[in-house]
Amino acid sequence: MNFTLHIWRQADALSQGRFETYRVEHISPDCSFLEMLDILNGQLVGDSVAHPVCFDNDCREGICGMCGLYINGRPHGNDDGVTTCQLHMRRFSDGDEIWVEPWRAKPFPVVRDLVVDRSAFDKIIQAGGYISATTGGAPDANAILIPKHKADEAMDAAACIGCGACVAACKNASAMLFVAAKVSHLSLLPQGQPEAADRVRRMVSKMDELGFGSCTNTFACEAECPKQIKRQHIARLNRQWIGQAFGRDRK
Amino acid sequence: MNLDSKIPEGPLSQKWTNYKTNQKLVNPANKRKLDIIVVGTGLAGSSAAASLGALGFHVDIFCLQDSPRRAHSIAAQGGINAAKNYQNDGDSVMRLFRDTVKGGDYRAREANVYRLAEVSGGIIDQCVAQGVPFARDYSGMLDNRSFGGAQVSRTFYARGQTGQQLLLGAYGALSREIARGTVTMHTRCEMMELVVEPDGQGVPRACGIIVRDLVTGALRRFAAHAVVVATGGYGNVYYLSTNAMNSNVSAAWACHRQGALFANPCYVQIHPTCIPVHGDYQSKLTLMSESLRNDGRIWVPRRKEDAEAIRAGRKGPGDIAEADRDYYLERRYPAFGNLVPRDVASRAAKERCDAGYGVGTGLAVYLDFRDAIRRLGRDVVEQKYGNLFQMYQKITDTDPYREPMMIYPAVHYTMGGLWVDYELQTTIPGLFAAGEANFSDHGANRLGASALMQGLADGYFVLPYTLQNYLADRIYAEKPRCDTPAFDAAEQRVRQKMERLLSVGKSADGHPVDYYHKALGKVMWEYCGMSRSEESLVEADRQVCELEADFHRHVIIPGTADEMNPELEKACHLADYFELARLIIADARQRKESCGGHFRVESQTADGETLRDDGHFMYVAAWEYQGAGHPEVMHTEPLHYEEIQIATRNYK
Repeated sequence: MNFTLHIWRQADALSQGRFETYRVEHISPDCSFLEMLDILNGQLVGDSVAHPVCFDNDCREGICGMCGLYINGRPHGNDDGVTTCQLHMRRFSDGDEIWVEPWRAKPFPVVRDLVVDRSAFDKIIQAGGYISATTGGAPDANAILIPKHKADEAMDAAACIGCGACVAACKNASAMLFVAAKVSHLSLLPQGQPEAADRVRRMVSKMDELGFGSCTNTFACEAECPKQIKRQHIARLNRQWIGQAFGRDRK
Repeated sequence: MNLDSKIPEGPLSQKWTNYKTNQKLVNPANKRKLDIIVVGTGLAGSSAAASLGALGFHVDIFCLQDSPRRAHSIAAQGGINAAKNYQNDGDSVMRLFRDTVKGGDYRAREANVYRLAEVSGGIIDQCVAQGVPFARDYSGMLDNRSFGGAQVSRTFYARGQTGQQLLLGAYGALSREIARGTVTMHTRCEMMELVVEPDGQGVPRACGIIVRDLVTGALRRFAAHAVVVATGGYGNVYYLSTNAMNSNVSAAWACHRQGALFANPCYVQIHPTCIPVHGDYQSKLTLMSESLRNDGRIWVPRRKEDAEAIRAGRKGPGDIAEADRDYYLERRYPAFGNLVPRDVASRAAKERCDAGYGVGTGLAVYLDFRDAIRRLGRDVVEQKYGNLFQMYQKITDTDPYREPMMIYPAVHYTMGGLWVDYELQTTIPGLFAAGEANFSDHGANRLGASALMQGLADGYFVLPYTLQNYLADRIYAEKPRCDTPAFDAAEQRVRQKMERLLSVGKSADGHPVDYYHKALGKVMWEYCGMSRSEESLVEADRQVCELEADFHRHVIIPGTADEMNPELEKACHLADYFELARLIIADARQRKESCGGHFRVESQTADGETLRDDGHFMYVAAWEYQGAGHPEVMHTEPLHYEEIQIATRNYK
C-alpha cells in the first residue's frame, strides 16, 4: 500500500509548527501505524532529508499509554477500542492521504513534533488519586470482602491507561473522564472510602488549576477512549463532588 | 574475587527473620539526611521508592518515559503468585519455594527464593490495601488461577491486566510520596553512567549517576548515599521480543562497566505463547498470557499432509478431525499437560515446527479454545480473557472465538542480570539491583506470575530493610557531592561515547540504527536462541563481532546530542547490546550443560529433555568487565542446597 502523509513538525515547545508532506510506499496492510512511521523514519535518516519524526511510544501492545496521535481528526485513528500502536494499516485504503497531529490541548504542550508533555496527569494523581496505604501493616487480603460486581466495576474504571485521548477528543480539553475513572475506581472499593471526599475535591481542583476545560457532557471522550471507559464514571464523580461540596467539610 | 552472598545464619525458614532482627537501623532524624537514587519506575523501582520515601529517606527517582506509569511492568498480563492457600489446595510457603527452585532447574540461590515465597502473601495484602482490583468470586473473596509449573492455584489476577493494576498501585504510592516531598520524580531522564568513588577508607562506593535529559540532551549529575538500579531486563538484545521498545540494558551495563559483576547472562526466557512473526517491518512481538493455557489447548496436526495443506491454505483448523490433532503437551507431559513451565512448552513447540508440523508460516502452533467455549460458554471465556482476545483480533485480524489462535515462542524475560548478594547489593558497595535487573531468584527459568512477585518483594519488603542496614554506617560519611573528579570523569565518558557515535561519517554502506539491531537480533535468535551448540555459538560470536565493527564504522545518526534525539538514544543502547551479546554467547559456551531456558543440544536426554550436569555446573557464573573489546573474566558462586532435594525436573 502507498500513502501520502501530512505530519505536524515542530522543533520545540516555542517554535512555530507546520505540516510537512512525505510519501511511503509498499507498506504491508499488517503493518501497524507506528511501524509505518518507523519505515518513514528509516527513509528520512537514510536519505538525510530531515530529522526523523519524534513520536512517543513504548510497549506497542496498547497498555502503557505512551503513544497517542491524532490521525485524520481522531485520537488513535479510525478504529474503536485501540491505541495508536494497535492501529493497523489495513484500516486505511491504498493511496490514502493521512493527516497526523499531536494531542492539541493547552495543558499538554508540544515537546517536539508529535510528542506532548502529559505531566499534568501525574500532577492530578499526586493531588490525591491514590489510597494512602503505607507499606507494611496491611490486613489479610481476604479480610476485606468486596462484592464481585463492585470489584468488576472498579476494574472497568481502573483500566484507564492515561494516554490523554479523552482530553484530545474534547472540544473543551476537559480531563473529566481521566479524573472520573480514578475517582470511580477508588471510591467503589471499601478501602477508598476514608479519603473519598478529599480525593474528589483535590483532584478536581487540581484539574481546574492546570487549565483543563470544563465538561459539557458531549462524551467525545467516551467515544474515543481506547479502553472504552464509560461516561457513567463522570456521573459518579459529579455526585461525589457535589456531596462533598455541600456536605460537612471533612478537612 | 570472593563472591560473598551474605546468607544469614540459621535454618532456611528463620534466615530472613534473623536478618531483620539483627540488622542495623537508621533513626528517623538521620533518615532525612540520607539520599537514595532509584533508577526505573517499574514494579521494583516504584515500590522501593515509595516505601523508602515513606520511611523518611529522600529519594530521587528516574524514568525515561514521560510518566512513571509507563514502565513495562504495566504490560504483564496473567498474574502474581502468592502462597496464600486461599483455595485450600495444599499451597504453602515451602511449596511455592520448592516450585520456584524446581522451575528454575536448580540454579537459583535457595535463601533468596525462600525469602521471596515468605513475603509473597504480604504483597497481596499490600496491593489490596492500595485498591488493586483483583478478580473476586461471588462471595467477595479473592479468586485464583493456575500457572505453569505448579499444581495449585496460587495466581492472583486482575483480568489480563495484572501488571497494569499492580503498577498503578505502586504508582499511586509513589505519587503520594512525591506529593509529600520525600520523593523527587525525574521523567524523560536516562541514566547514562554510574559514578563510583573511594570513601575515606579507600573503599570504592557507588555515589551517584549521570543522566541525560531526553528533551534537551543536557547531562545532569546526581549524588546520593546509595543507588538502586531497577531497570528491567535485556531481552531486546534479540530485537524482536515482548519487551517495550525503550526497554534496554544500558543502565545495568554502565554499572557492569564500572565493576558490578553480571551473572548468568545466558539464561533468557523464551515465552511459548506469543503472536508469531509475520514480517520484516515488525518492531516487536506481542505476548498472549500464559493464563490462556488454563483453558486453551495447544495442538498441531498429527499428519504432515494436513500441516502442509494448512500452510498452503487448502485446509483450515476446523477441517482437522479430533483424532488427527496432536495435543503434544498433553501427550508428552500428562501430569502437567498444557501447564508445563515456559521453557518446556517453548522447546516442544519448536520441536513440532522443526519436524514439519507447524501451521501458518510453518513457525506457529494452535492454541485452541473450542473445548473451553463449549464447556464454559463464550461469556465466561470472554470475561476471563476478553482483553487478550481483543488484542489478538486487532493484531492478526482473525477472531479467536471462532478459529484457534496461532502462537509461537518469543524472547520474553531475562533471568540473568547484575549479581547481587542476599541484601540485593551488587559487587559495588552502595549499588543495589532489584527486579528483573538482578539475577537472584529465578535460576535458569522463571515460572509464570513470579516476575511481578519478585519485583514487588524486592521493592516493598526487601530493599527497605537491606538498604537501611547499609545506610546505617553512612550517616558518618560526608554528604555526597557532585563536583568531584569522579563525576567529571564519568560525564566525560558519556560525552565521548555519544561523540564517537555521532562522528561516524556518512557513507554509501551506512544504515540507520535499527538495521544493525535487527541484524544482531537475527544472529542471536538463530544461533543463541532456543537451542545452542558449541558450533552455533562460535558462529554467533563471529557474526556479532563483524556486525559490531560494521555498526561502529557506518551507522547513520542524524542530529546532535543537544536535542531530543531518539536515534542517538537507540545507538547508545545498541552499542551496549553488542557487548552484552558477546557476553551472553561466552556464558552459553562455558555452560556445557542444559538447564531451564538454556538448552545445549550436546546435553539432552534420549527423549529431548534438558540434561543438567550438577557435578560441573552447579554454580552462578558472574562475569567481570575487562574493558571494551577484551574477553570478560568469569567468577563462580557455588550453589548449596540444604532444604531442596536435587532431582531431575520431571513434569511427566
